[in-house]
Amino acid sequence: MQMLSKKAACDSHGQDSSYFLGWQEYEKNPYHEVQNPNGIIQMGLAENQLSFDLAESWLADNPDVLGLKRDGKSVFKELALFQDYHGMPTFKNELVEFMAKLRGYKVEFDPKKLVLVAGSTSANESLMFCLAESGEAFLLPTPYYPGFDRDLKWRTGVEIVPIHCSSSNDFKITGCALEDAYEQAKKLNLNVKGVLVTNPSNPLGTTMDRDELNLLIDFAITKKIHIVSDEIYSGTVFDSTSFVSIIEAVTDRNIHDTHELWKRIHMVYSLSKDLGLPGFRVGMIYSNDETVVAAATKMSSFGLVSSQTQFLLTNMLSDKKFTNKYIEENRKRLKSRKEMLVSGLSGAGIECLNSNACLFCWVDMRHLLSSDTFEAEKELSKRILFEVGLNISPGSSCHCSEPGWFRMCFANMSQETLKVAITRIKDFVESITSSRENCNHELTVLDSRRRSVSKWVLPLSPYDNNEPADR
Amino acid sequence: MTRPRPRTHESESETRNPTGGGATAMRLIVPLQGVVQGRGGLILGSLIPCALFYFFQLYLKRHRSPKPGSNPTSPSQSSSNLSDLQRSSSRSNLSSRGSIGPVQVSSRASSIAKPNDSPYYIGLDRVSEDPYDRLDNPNGIIQLGLSENRLCFDLIEKWLSENTKDSVMGRDGGDLSISGIAPYQPSDGLMEFKVAMAGFMSQVMGRAVSFDPSQMVLTAGATPALEILCFCLADPGNAFLVPAPYYPGFDRDMRWRTGVELIPVHCRSTDNFIISITALDQAFNQTRKRGIKVRGILISNPSNPVGNLLPRETLHNLLDFAREKNIHIVSDEIFAGSMYGSEEFVSMAEILDMEDIDKNRIHIVYGLSKDLALPGFRVGVIYSFNESVLIAAKKLTRFSSISAPTQRLLISMVSDMRFIQEYIETNKKRIREMHDLFVEGLKQLGIKCAQSCAGLYCWADMSGLISSYSEKGELELWDKLLNIAKINVTPGSACHCIEPGWFRCCFTTLSQEDVVIVIERIRKVAETCKISS
Repeated sequence: MQMLSKKAACDSHGQDSSYFLGWQEYEKNPYHEVQNPNGIIQMGLAENQLSFDLAESWLADNPDVLGLKRDGKSVFKELALFQDYHGMPTFKNELVEFMAKLRGYKVEFDPKKLVLVAGSTSANESLMFCLAESGEAFLLPTPYYPGFDRDLKWRTGVEIVPIHCSSSNDFKITGCALEDAYEQAKKLNLNVKGVLVTNPSNPLGTTMDRDELNLLIDFAITKKIHIVSDEIYSGTVFDSTSFVSIIEAVTDRNIHDTHELWKRIHMVYSLSKDLGLPGFRVGMIYSNDETVVAAATKMSSFGLVSSQTQFLLTNMLSDKKFTNKYIEENRKRLKSRKEMLVSGLSGAGIECLNSNACLFCWVDMRHLLSSDTFEAEKELSKRILFEVGLNISPGSSCHCSEPGWFRMCFANMSQETLKVAITRIKDFVESITSSRENCNHELTVLDSRRRSVSKWVLPLSPYDNNEPADR
Repeated sequence: MTRPRPRTHESESETRNPTGGGATAMRLIVPLQGVVQGRGGLILGSLIPCALFYFFQLYLKRHRSPKPGSNPTSPSQSSSNLSDLQRSSSRSNLSSRGSIGPVQVSSRASSIAKPNDSPYYIGLDRVSEDPYDRLDNPNGIIQLGLSENRLCFDLIEKWLSENTKDSVMGRDGGDLSISGIAPYQPSDGLMEFKVAMAGFMSQVMGRAVSFDPSQMVLTAGATPALEILCFCLADPGNAFLVPAPYYPGFDRDMRWRTGVELIPVHCRSTDNFIISITALDQAFNQTRKRGIKVRGILISNPSNPVGNLLPRETLHNLLDFAREKNIHIVSDEIFAGSMYGSEEFVSMAEILDMEDIDKNRIHIVYGLSKDLALPGFRVGVIYSFNESVLIAAKKLTRFSSISAPTQRLLISMVSDMRFIQEYIETNKKRIREMHDLFVEGLKQLGIKCAQSCAGLYCWADMSGLISSYSEKGELELWDKLLNIAKINVTPGSACHCIEPGWFRCCFTTLSQEDVVIVIERIRKVAETCKISS
């Protein structure tokens, strides 16, 4: 029916990209330890399932919370009616405390600058509505989370221009890359409103170091643009001292007359990764610009956080013993799980980018490609999906400029399942290597034949121009 | 500036030029003539019209009056609230005149961030600053501007105390299972919840129609449901026709981020504010003449703010109209379960059941904020017969999904048919009692209400109390009611009502004692109005 809006009718959601093929195949044939041991193992979903037991035992110890009671008295009525888009003050206070704790108390947050929304998906979209007009652009370092192509662009009309990062310096942002991206945007006639970074990075799993952050800040000062820092993985940093939030970086610069710059610094956070509660839909925007806070607060009407959820989490977060224990235990488990994957892959001759955070590894499979092209990457991706039975995310879906990199998640499965996945990969690599050796042997035979053949078959060969062709 | 002209042309033009005053004019006209006759003068001939055009535009720009922005009410002189209106409307003029410095945030943000300038929102803000409480703040402002239902919480509380633990965490052999509610869920809601909601909607609408869960998309409230539908059905610059008076929130839900326009179609008290197809047709044609494409009609049934039901015949006529013009109908049926009269509610879905027609243009919005009095839990429904809309809407729900623990809790509650039946019947009874008490009280003051049988409010005609039969008079009365009588009611102008003097009064947030106090306070103001008139 041609009666739909252009947005609804077009397929810019990209459901047919290779990123989604894996998901679709997984849905058809999901792995299960007992019921479907040959199914596809989901390694494309960045979900943290390692610490559910901690949250469960807390809930078991605090039944009043689920019963919507405070001090034995029902607060149901209050919660049922609470639809204030300013959010529950007690919840916001707990959140800023929690966010500060995750950053080792090196920064302080003001609850009045916090806007609650239903998930960081909603937070990122709302920020785009607030900061850019339709047709303007944000610069994003590649590789980046595939969902941004949808979340930042779809309804807002905002464009993304990539900042190309390369493996030669571990995918760090360079001044050159920033300038190039800016120029590229100008060539495309796009007005750049800001830079959006994910720190710790998805899909790299690394935190931005001071140099990178300072580069970014200098760039934002010179070009007078915004910085949006999506810090959704800030609680998954294995070693808390290595994480520097954008807020801390700007504070430490002690820039003279920072007022204008401060108003252009915005942060996005969520409880989906750190607390492993994506189903709860809790996200937030933190901004130093009153207009942005005011507009985003009103816009949150389109995605308020359920009052029942706010109540539940206020109680959970206010239990400091619990949050301290959770943060520490969670980090430990994530680190050891990552190390398990990294060493497993290393045993198969596959290296990972050195990472210190997140729920996934950025894996280097360039040496397994048949050629240094994205076609070969797609081919490898399909083989890994159908032959190996693993759904992993190819770098091209993250707009990586180099083929051969993949994101593999490790926190959304049991240890046994991860072992199975590692074994499968090992077997696959062995089979490739041995078939390559056979191939190589064949190739050497072929080569010698080819050498004799090439004398006359390839008249344009630079080496054999004058040799007469001979069969 | 001009090309040297061939002598013959010059001499011709010279001979054509009259001497004296008309010389300049002729110099302008002649190059154009030259162009037209193909004899040259191209540069001057094209430059001069361009220059004229430019100066004409500049003249128009300087003399065009600034747009009033989205503020529907005209600023008035008297009290503080009204001067709020004046101030904010001038603020919007300032921003429309162009930026003073480098614009940092988007224009969308600037306009949305502005303080609320509709009396609907101003009133709500005032109550939150000085809320009435029988014991702690007996002189505070009594809230009659928020359609919230506080009459049946005891029933839900009782259900919760008997049922919660199992419901939220699952009954997996008695083990608590957060892995059921913590992970990512389908963004458009759990299938179990859709099934439960389909059953609930059917029950609440008197079982006259059944709903198919596979045609449902769930979102965090009816607010995002409406916005999502808007994004799916219309492009920026398109319009929806809305029978007025309408819920002030539509201006936000349907317009803010979508770029869509709302065109009010005025209904008359003589029709008890039921939409007439003639008026709809007129509005459609006028909008088309302005070069704006109409994508659909947005109706609320039961209606907000009037509280009446659209009769079967009107629904059929609307369908015919939509079919004829090839547009959509969005039917907001959020008050379907808040019926207190004897009339029967007829859902759009029921009409479609009967007619064998193209159902692709009908979309229903529902939610639990009114019927189950759970606005804080954020549960909204898009129900559509159009596959493409469902697919697109489903993708958009990622920005506004319902929290998983909330879905779990409500699945049990909403599927408990015995409880829901008891709730619906008790709710009906209590709303009716409060309605009758309130409307009778107003009647004693000589204030009549429109005929209504649903909703959590009544639509009161206070035109007898206003000094001048105009929006200005209405706002003066609203101001008196807010600041002197200290009650917050919603004036008709905030709902785009074309007849001044109507006010929406929500009574389901009151207790019976409060009603007496409210009537008393209105009486005092009514008396001063009568004295001064």
